[in-house]
Amino acid sequence: MQRLGDFRLPPFFNYPPYFTLQPVRETREKQVQLWKDLILDYCRSQKIHTISLEEDFPLFSNPKIERSLSHEAKEVFLAALVSEGRAEWMDKGHKKCLILWLRIQDWANLILNFVKDNGLEVMTIEEIRSGIDTRGTELEGIDRGVLMRALRQLEQKGKAAIFKGTSADDEGVKFSV
Amino acid sequence: MSAAAADWLPSASVTASGRPVLSAGEVERNLLPLVDLEPEENPCLAPLRGCLLALTSHRLIFLHEPSRTARGLPLATVVHAYPPHRRHSHNPLRSLFSSSSSSSSQHHRIRLQISMPPARSEVVAIVVTCKADVDVFFGRLIEAIRARAWEMTPAAAPASGAPVAEGAAPAEDIAIRMPVVGVSGILRMEQESWESAGQNLQDAFQDLNALMSKAKEMMQLAEKMRLKLLTNSSTESNSNDEEMGSKQDMQDLLLSVGIVSPVTKETAGALYHQQLSLQLADFVRIPLEKAGGMMALVDVYCLFNRARGTELISPEDLLQACSLWEKVDVPVMLRKFDSGVKVIQTKTHSDEEVFARISSLAQKPDALQKGISPSDAAFTLGIAPALAKEHLLNAENKGLLCRDVSPDGFRFFVNLFNEIDAQNIYTQKPHGLYHAWISVAMASQ
Repeated sequence: MQRLGDFRLPPFFNYPPYFTLQPVRETREKQVQLWKDLILDYCRSQKIHTISLEEDFPLFSNPKIERSLSHEAKEVFLAALVSEGRAEWMDKGHKKCLILWLRIQDWANLILNFVKDNGLEVMTIEEIRSGIDTRGTELEGIDRGVLMRALRQLEQKGKAAIFKGTSADDEGVKFSV
Repeated sequence: MSAAAADWLPSASVTASGRPVLSAGEVERNLLPLVDLEPEENPCLAPLRGCLLALTSHRLIFLHEPSRTARGLPLATVVHAYPPHRRHSHNPLRSLFSSSSSSSSQHHRIRLQISMPPARSEVVAIVVTCKADVDVFFGRLIEAIRARAWEMTPAAAPASGAPVAEGAAPAEDIAIRMPVVGVSGILRMEQESWESAGQNLQDAFQDLNALMSKAKEMMQLAEKMRLKLLTNSSTESNSNDEEMGSKQDMQDLLLSVGIVSPVTKETAGALYHQQLSLQLADFVRIPLEKAGGMMALVDVYCLFNRARGTELISPEDLLQACSLWEKVDVPVMLRKFDSGVKVIQTKTHSDEEVFARISSLAQKPDALQKGISPSDAAFTLGIAPALAKEHLLNAENKGLLCRDVSPDGFRFFVNLFNEIDAQNIYTQKPHGLYHAWISVAMASQ
């Protein structure tokens, strides 16, 4: 089985037409579906939050069969994720894309369950992203933007309160479980 | 009214698309789109109405297009042809009161004196009910009668000489020929002086004509050899394969040499494209069958012009001839692919059959792994690469294939996208196309 780092690639990764944007509608729909799933799976397993179209992305080329996606194809597949709310363009030029392998709503629930399970009430933002408590969980290394949006959603529901510390990188959050 | 009514004339056979079948050595000379044939003196003979008249070197063929039946009047039986005129009614009162006769008096009439077996003489009139250059037609008619082409061919092709012999009895023809006196004598004198004036002009074209007549002889030779080969191969069916093969080649070669009587602008006039269209429909039938029911328009253009020899047509003419097929009942049609490539195909041609062949080609182990290129498909299907590419694109549209564009080129693979279970991308069914592809792809690693 072919691997990309520790990620297991499906057999069709070696199917050359998988890397050519298919012009026939039904075929393309299926192709786009397979790409969306693979991008999300890969990003989740590798904890990748952003994909830059300008830079090489390991999933978008297969040196073994000497095929890689065109810029147009990359944009089509990411745009399909965007339209489903599983990704967001980070700039107007569609050069960088934020991948939400969990929706903001799901991140919020994950955080809430995490603090409940561990009996935590107050955490700084940095603690959530790189503290000892979250090490080895999905929260480790979470994108700061994504985290803040999830926390703000909790705040709106009255489940958390964000407070400012002495400096900008010293924000914290108090959960009301 | 079909031509069947006029049973006093020998019937003539008609091709599938409604063109007269010519006998060996017979060449079309001119066409009039719409004529009637009226016997002038004998009321027992039924007239022919609304026919296309084809003048050949041997016959006047009256083709009733709606019923696709035809009658042929052998030129050998024409004793004399009177120059065209408009009928002046014998009774001026009649023309005053009868509107039909006054309108028919507008039409040109070419009266012919013909001999009928056993030893009867009749006068019939060709009534030209359409706008056409009647004088040119008459000139051609006289030329054809003088040339007596029918006397030269029976020896060359005894098998197909029958239609000529049917109505004609040359000995009788001479016996009942009228002496050159009176009005007809004057007319004939006039005719001759008119012809000698034309002689000077013709001299200028003599070299060209000599070349043309050589080309015609070559075509006749080819036709003769083909017939000979055909009869030989049927009698010696147990001769060895190699010989048969070379005979087949030779036959193909000769077959493609000649349309003996190509439709030309000169002979067909205003009917040029219509008649060309019918002749083309008859012509492409055999090459189409060999090519599997479809040919690129350029290929047909080349073949057709090669068969026509000296009478080349332009691409524009070919396109016009093809586009006229929509209006008539012929077994072939013009088809335009999305890419703009034009082909001629038989109406019975089915894309399904082609798709089936492409599918099975794409599922061979080699093709599973490397895909197929248009030239691979062209080789397997026995068609031109441009056409093969159209078929592949069509199959892609149907969802049978999908494309792979890479620096190596443009290739097609069997479409696996629908075989893959999106919910479960790592496991696959232990059978089916996807499984077959995986085993081939794994084996190549």
